[in-house]
Amino acid sequence: MAKVFFTANLRRHVDCGAMEAEGVTVGDVLSRVFAIQDRLGAYVLDDQGALRKHMTILVDGQRVRDIERLTDPVRPNSEVWVMQALSGG
Amino acid sequence: MSEAILVSTRKGLFEVGKGKSEWAVKDAVFLGDNVTLALHDPRDGTDYAALNHGHFGVKLHRRNKGGAWTEIAAPAYPPKPEGLNDLDGWGRPVKWTTQMIWALEPGGADEPGTLWAGTMPGGLFRSRDRGESWDMIRPLWDMPERNKWLGGGADIPGIHSICVDPRSSRTVRVGISCGGVWVTHDGGESWAQSAHGMRFDDGPAGVADDPHTQDPHMMVQCPAVPERFWVQHHCGIWRSADNAKSWQEVKARPSSFGFGVVVHPKDPDTAWFVPGIKDEKRYPVDGKLVVTRTRDGGRSFDVLDKGLPGSHAYDIVFRHALAGDETGDRLAFGSTTGNLWISEDQGDSWQTVSSTLPPVHAVRFA
Repeated sequence: MAKVFFTANLRRHVDCGAMEAEGVTVGDVLSRVFAIQDRLGAYVLDDQGALRKHMTILVDGQRVRDIERLTDPVRPNSEVWVMQALSGG
Repeated sequence: MSEAILVSTRKGLFEVGKGKSEWAVKDAVFLGDNVTLALHDPRDGTDYAALNHGHFGVKLHRRNKGGAWTEIAAPAYPPKPEGLNDLDGWGRPVKWTTQMIWALEPGGADEPGTLWAGTMPGGLFRSRDRGESWDMIRPLWDMPERNKWLGGGADIPGIHSICVDPRSSRTVRVGISCGGVWVTHDGGESWAQSAHGMRFDDGPAGVADDPHTQDPHMMVQCPAVPERFWVQHHCGIWRSADNAKSWQEVKARPSSFGFGVVVHPKDPDTAWFVPGIKDEKRYPVDGKLVVTRTRDGGRSFDVLDKGLPGSHAYDIVFRHALAGDETGDRLAFGSTTGNLWISEDQGDSWQTVSSTLPPVHAVRFA
């Protein structure tokens, strides 16, 4: 199972500690996490299920590339980090 | 008479109340968060607050009378059909996701629990259960004319004004920047354009007066005389005396440019505005902040400045940041500079409630 972590800034709005979920893509894994904590999905994804504009996801340290459909692969022991996309100083 | 005001700001929602003599900030919630709009529903005492988190999207919160704030559902767009080439009036793709709750109004007195929400990029939503769930009004969204709608200052189109007709809750008019005014008489099943007579100062004939691209910054309806409307438009002030079927321009001094408008709840000839230098500048004329008031349907305007800064004031008052109460005596407005003023004499004089608030998005009597 992949392990999923969320930015601490999200925890101010929704209860979202580290979770484990099955799945072969980022979208698979997240849909299982959001099934448990349903409010969380709308904080990370937009109305069309794409990654929100100022969010990013790292899988094993690599930024995902498909931010519309979330098809980047996830391995059984991957670490998935849902982060804010920070820019500027 | 309302004794409380909800002030939505870039850094939280402030509750302002009247003490023994003076108005003061009593409470602050959602501190640090961008609160774009609030609503007090007079039918059941419920408050609503719309938040726009930069990273995490648009959210809606509700406080039952005497209760605590809890998050409820926010309006969400339906799936965008695969392959649909949906472009706005600028030719840019329309993103089918809620990017701002820009209007929030109760339904009619005969439909408790019904709420209306206007959003960017132009979707209108209705809830029948106090915001537990929302349905998009597809017939308006599916009008082919929607593809003519334009972004104004906000880049993408949005619904900012919703007037539920006191004579029939099934008649609703919405103001869109920039998409004119739309009206339904059957609870949202069918819609027609209703901005005829408005026009831009500039542009070729047929474009400048195309109702489908007009920019009414704010539209209000007189509750006691509901065939009467006022619009603060991007290019001036318009009024209608025939249920918004036709609109006539009126001129105000020192300027007819602004964002907000309030109509007296019982006297349709009385309305208030906060003028600024027109669009490319957007600050009070000569740095002197004033409110303008007509009492004769726009034939003349009083310039009201008692208690307001007379020099080096660069306050801009957004469209939802000028409000009146149900008596027509009390008015309040907040500015981008974080000032909040209140009048208890129809604008003749103003008291400063605060000059240190975050930029104010919206002001509403509760």
